[in-house]
Amino acid sequence: MRRSVLTPYLLIAPATIFLAVLFVVPLLQTVALAFHTGGSFSFGNFTRMADDLNFNDAVANTFEVVLLAVPLQLALALGMAMMLRHVRRGRDIVLWVWSIPLGISDLAAGLVWLAILTDRGYLNTLLFHLGIIAGPQSWLTYETPVALLVAIVMAEMWRATAIVLVILAAGVQLVPKEYNEAAEVFGATPWQRFIRVTLPLLRPSIQTALILRTVLAFEMFATVMTLGGRNFPVLMSEAFNWQYVQQDYGVAAAYAVVVMAVSLGATLIYLRVLRTPAAQLS
Amino acid sequence: MTPRRGMFLAGVATLCAWTLVPIYLIALGAIGGEAVVNAWPKPALPFAFSVTALREFLHISGVWTSALYSVAAALLCMVVSIVLGAPAGYALARYRFRGATLFRLFVLLTRAFPVAILALPLTVGFIRLGLYDTPIGVGLMHSVLAMPFAVLISASLFQAIPRELEEAAWVFGCSGPMAFLRVVLPLALPGIAAAAIFAFVISWNEVFAASVLTVRHKTLTAYLLSVLSESPLHVQFAGGFLLILPSVLFIFLVRRRLFSLWGIAGR
Amino acid sequence: MADIVIDGVRKDFGAITALAQLELRVADGEFLALLGPSGCGKTTLLRIIAGLETQTTGRVLIGGRDVSTLPPRKRGLAMVFQNYAVFPHMTVRANVGFGLRMTGADATRIERQVARVAALLHIEPYLDRYPAQLSGGQRQRVAVARALAVEPAVLLMDEPLSNLDALLRLEMRAELKSVLREAGTTTIYVTHDQTEAMGLADRIAVLYAGRIEQIDPPADLYRHPRSMFVGGFVGSPPMNFLRLAHTDGVVRLGGLRLTPPAGAPETLVLGIRAEDLDAARAEDGFAFEVRVSEPMGSHTLVTGQLGVTGQLGVTGQLAMAGQTGGQPMRVIVAANTRPTPGSVLHLAPRLDHISWMNADTGTALETVV
Repeated sequence: MRRSVLTPYLLIAPATIFLAVLFVVPLLQTVALAFHTGGSFSFGNFTRMADDLNFNDAVANTFEVVLLAVPLQLALALGMAMMLRHVRRGRDIVLWVWSIPLGISDLAAGLVWLAILTDRGYLNTLLFHLGIIAGPQSWLTYETPVALLVAIVMAEMWRATAIVLVILAAGVQLVPKEYNEAAEVFGATPWQRFIRVTLPLLRPSIQTALILRTVLAFEMFATVMTLGGRNFPVLMSEAFNWQYVQQDYGVAAAYAVVVMAVSLGATLIYLRVLRTPAAQLS
Repeated sequence: MTPRRGMFLAGVATLCAWTLVPIYLIALGAIGGEAVVNAWPKPALPFAFSVTALREFLHISGVWTSALYSVAAALLCMVVSIVLGAPAGYALARYRFRGATLFRLFVLLTRAFPVAILALPLTVGFIRLGLYDTPIGVGLMHSVLAMPFAVLISASLFQAIPRELEEAAWVFGCSGPMAFLRVVLPLALPGIAAAAIFAFVISWNEVFAASVLTVRHKTLTAYLLSVLSESPLHVQFAGGFLLILPSVLFIFLVRRRLFSLWGIAGR
Repeated sequence: MADIVIDGVRKDFGAITALAQLELRVADGEFLALLGPSGCGKTTLLRIIAGLETQTTGRVLIGGRDVSTLPPRKRGLAMVFQNYAVFPHMTVRANVGFGLRMTGADATRIERQVARVAALLHIEPYLDRYPAQLSGGQRQRVAVARALAVEPAVLLMDEPLSNLDALLRLEMRAELKSVLREAGTTTIYVTHDQTEAMGLADRIAVLYAGRIEQIDPPADLYRHPRSMFVGGFVGSPPMNFLRLAHTDGVVRLGGLRLTPPAGAPETLVLGIRAEDLDAARAEDGFAFEVRVSEPMGSHTLVTGQLGVTGQLGVTGQLAMAGQTGGQPMRVIVAANTRPTPGSVLHLAPRLDHISWMNADTGTALETVV
């Protein structure tokens, strides 16, 4: 079949152009915007950003949530993926139920946990019935930063574990079961099989899942806004604030650059640490 | 059933409950209305099953219209990402060409990127083009988010359809495009439909960019965000429930293709 | 080193019976092949012995110990998988030493064992490489080395050669045989290739539809098949089966008068291999009509059918020959002979190589020796 050499390029052209215009260009614009004040190159936006009251809190909060939520989610999703292997009937249904959060907006997730954690919410009702508390307790205020942090981590875990789970579950399916059987025949206990055979073979999936999840985590916005509002600044909420409320596009762009840099850094770390050595690839 | 198996199943059930109960609870808040939301302590079942709360919510100015804007943006996102993304996926699957790896890497890069942040500079661009504060602008922005998924899903989709089927069609008299239409497309359609639905859901759920890019014509997510501190709780819960409902429905529809959604070969 | 006893093992998958109440004994140090077509249950049986599947009823005993409820790692076995299952993320050295590491052997013993089996299987140059850098045949040796390194009581092999190309398969077969003979381990070897089974095994168990049709040493299996299935499955080309009638204790075949075993039914089947037919004179043999002649280099394989025409001039014989004529059969003749299609050969079977079978049940009749 005589196929024109041009055909593939024609097929990818529309998508490439679209992404170039709406992704690459804005990306460069953001960087340019961040490093310009009053028309000339400067770090002014960054100093404005760093001097702001909320900056340190935003950075600290963001990293706290990411460093807590992501590893916990990885462990939980790994556990769930392993559990899936042993579910015989109804595996499809279980996987579907566990993936429901995939389709839930972070805003909706925030609202869901707000319903639970609000003063007159379901958690307090439960604690009241159990006799642990006497009346409505506030968990989401400025005075209870630890509780607020835990609440946000919980909400994030509820919402986003599904993302990691789906990737890991797909990866588990790709590992031929014979490796596990061979390990079993040759004397490995279930735990040894998990550590020495399953985990190493899952490394590419874990890498993909971690990159996706971490980048999304640094982007956290609506969950935090619903549960914490101004009590819990994070990088994205500050960016939003500077852009939309303060109308200072420069500082907002500076925040954007910080988020991009952090995401890129994390991605590079994952790519390096979790890479499969070339010798192992056929 | 051994005790170990019993414990295992209990664990599975607990995790399922952990996922479902919160949704149930917000549904309670949405359906029960103000009475349930302010009640203390909370009932486990809605004693007043009223749709009035929801209807009330929908009648609040702005909610119904914002839902419509969300739909419009999501539809645009769906169409654009599939129409532009599927051909690119086909090219990646069927052709070996210089720059294929580069293109694939480029697409992957956009997935591992905080794309929503790009709404910031796009604000200026959209203002100039008159796209600011329109569902069209939001839809286009969301297409940037969804297109990488569309490309990678269609690539793995087309890859799974044996090349020999097309070749057989050529041998037996079809032209290139005809073979695609008659042989490949029908087989790929379910997967592409799933990708389309996923693109819709991505747009429907997105908050940051939608909030940045709209003022008066807000999508549902942007609207809910903006009334966070002002609205009474039951209104917010109703809004959240409205947000969740279509998404859960859509995920149910695409449940068989969950794996391929991430561009991973597999079931 | 251990013997294996399969006691009443049965395996059902829902409504389908994969294995039907099997009884089997494998002696210590014996090499037993499980031979049969796809779906006959041989791999299922192997996996039940390994503990990777659980039997519906019945017991498995290894070395006198009932292992029926034990997980694989407690059974003292090693296994070579069809796709090798060599861990891609470990070096060859780590792979070979895996079983020993899992059972907590000390480092010196592991090193010694790895070196020993690596020399045995000629994989010393690859010890520090990864499986991705090896060919299929090399990976297969690694799988065998890994199994031998643990010095198992029982070695299980699931079609280990089937993924190799024909020439490599032949070479590996010979190597396997010599290596395993030295080791002297009780081995169970699953295959669908009867030449492999014939070449490697001390005894062959032929399985069909979940049942053991026959267990015998290769030569006995070949010469004295206990059923038409075994006769047709073992040996290439398959055994010829001719449906003949017998009257008054005599079976007429062309000019031949053959004596069937005592108590044989009216219709029976004569089994004779293609190489056990010699040229004969018309009055001492039967007619064979040639259809296709294939020169194989070392011999010529002639496909055709039992002659419809009987001896000239004898009406009775003609009529009888007509009843049995037309049945397809093959004969092997000398390489320099090239019978032309349409020609007629006269053949006679070697009398001591005939297998008489019951036409209805397909099982062998007792031969009159």
